[in-house]
Amino acid sequence: MKILVPVKRAIDYNVKVRVKPDNSGLDLANAKMSINPFCEIAVEEAVRLKEKGIATEVVIISIGDKACQEQIRTALALGADRGIQIDTPNALDSLQVAKLLQKVVEEESPDLVILGKQSIDSDNNQTGQMLAALCGLPQGTFASVVDINDNKVNVTREVDGGLQTIALTLPAIVTTDLRLNEPRYASLPNIMKAKRKPLDVKSAADYGIDLSSKLTVLKYEAPAQRKGGVKVADVAELVEKLKNEAKVI
Amino acid sequence: MTILIYAEHDNSQLKSETLKLVTAAQAIGNDIHVLVAGKDCTDVARKAADISGVSKVFIADNAAYEYQLAENIAELVIELGKDYNHILSAATTTGKNFMPRVAALLDVAQISDIIAVISADTFARPIYAGNAIATVQSADTIKVITVRTSAFDSASEGNNAPIEAVEFVTVSNNSEFVSAELTVSERPELTAAEVIISGGRGMQNGENFKLLDGIADKLGAAMGASRAAVDAGFVPNDMQVGQTGKIVAPQLYIAVGISGAIQHLAGMKDSKVIVAINKDEDAPIFQVADYGLVADLFVALPELAEAL
Repeated sequence: MKILVPVKRAIDYNVKVRVKPDNSGLDLANAKMSINPFCEIAVEEAVRLKEKGIATEVVIISIGDKACQEQIRTALALGADRGIQIDTPNALDSLQVAKLLQKVVEEESPDLVILGKQSIDSDNNQTGQMLAALCGLPQGTFASVVDINDNKVNVTREVDGGLQTIALTLPAIVTTDLRLNEPRYASLPNIMKAKRKPLDVKSAADYGIDLSSKLTVLKYEAPAQRKGGVKVADVAELVEKLKNEAKVI
Repeated sequence: MTILIYAEHDNSQLKSETLKLVTAAQAIGNDIHVLVAGKDCTDVARKAADISGVSKVFIADNAAYEYQLAENIAELVIELGKDYNHILSAATTTGKNFMPRVAALLDVAQISDIIAVISADTFARPIYAGNAIATVQSADTIKVITVRTSAFDSASEGNNAPIEAVEFVTVSNNSEFVSAELTVSERPELTAAEVIISGGRGMQNGENFKLLDGIADKLGAAMGASRAAVDAGFVPNDMQVGQTGKIVAPQLYIAVGISGAIQHLAGMKDSKVIVAINKDEDAPIFQVADYGLVADLFVALPELAEAL
């Protein structure tokens, strides 16, 4: 079976981002960029399915400018087989990305598409579900276990009340949650090998998708900062403050 | 402005998120309808009809909606919602699951996780784990929106809106419910609690979370955890507070043995009063805590339970 894994180039999760003083955007100059962590979990899951002999091919797709080839190479170094970059301006909205991915799904006919549940920059949590809807496919979001049997995949989902398991008929779309797996580190030989793996570059025009968005960000602001309070000496003082000063107990 | 709200519930209880959705909707317009989709959910519909500001409640009572499967729910919401100006759901795992399907099939963008309504087409939402707030304007004819309900107050109750049955149903052939492991607790739900006490990696193991019990009992608190505690297997995933877990804003949040990673802060920094108990005086949690106690939690927790 073939697995398609869309990945997003996003700011590294250790970077502390700041809003630009003129509120026009975020100051990301020279910031370290990585594969979005949830996408990395998706790559790892696909590679594990290949190692178990369930998957035969793992294809990585990333949408954005040339810089995202770096993240495709990273995914190839983790064990994926080949990559596709669709060259577009950065910062498309989720619907546009889902429409482009839909075209790739039509072209590649994967049995399973695994995506991160959200990216840590725009924090939308939309693309996988939108892709599933556009392709008319079932979805298993926020997966903590993915179990493939014949033509079905059982997905255990992390939901607000606990866990829910659903059975989807393949082809299907899965989005990853944090506890699905712990991604490996790429070894140096695999990083070298990844440089020789095939990477196709396509343009958005190849797919005839309208890339104009109906969403406009008017401004970016820093959130209200919380001030640190006081240190209390002991439990007695804490309880006294909560009762008489904060009046919350 | 006609607004359709998707009710959050478990087939028997209407969740408090729904009352907060009504408050968010009232900032947009005043023709507010609520859709209750589930199985044997008549009581939920009655409760929804009791929310002030709601002018009509739809009930879609069918086995196809029992487990809130995204494929079935999305078709229903589109069928009913296509003539509305706004469709709102809570940014819970239910809303996050089906709403993007609704948006995609209506060919509109979705605005996720709003924390403020600026106008009928402009909303504020956090990005980068809450490190920035984006003000987003939508030119779509239907605004599909998920709401971070912790940012809104509950609407009041005392109403008697008409309830109308919806017969529409589609059943997906390729997605079915298998099982659920839902946590049963006598305590309030995290997203509805006035007081929350959460444990982190400093708790060392799941057994030690019992140290929080006495305090939670006395304060009527919900119990939460940091991602580190969930990843380590101390407690189940539904207790996770943080950017990718539950976003909470109680009156009082007590963080015990939690260092305060930014992803955790993103989930609780809007709490009214924050207390941190940690033996590391340099832990980042103290930078947001109103009251910090530098202490060994194994000493402090029994003392606190005693003192309350």
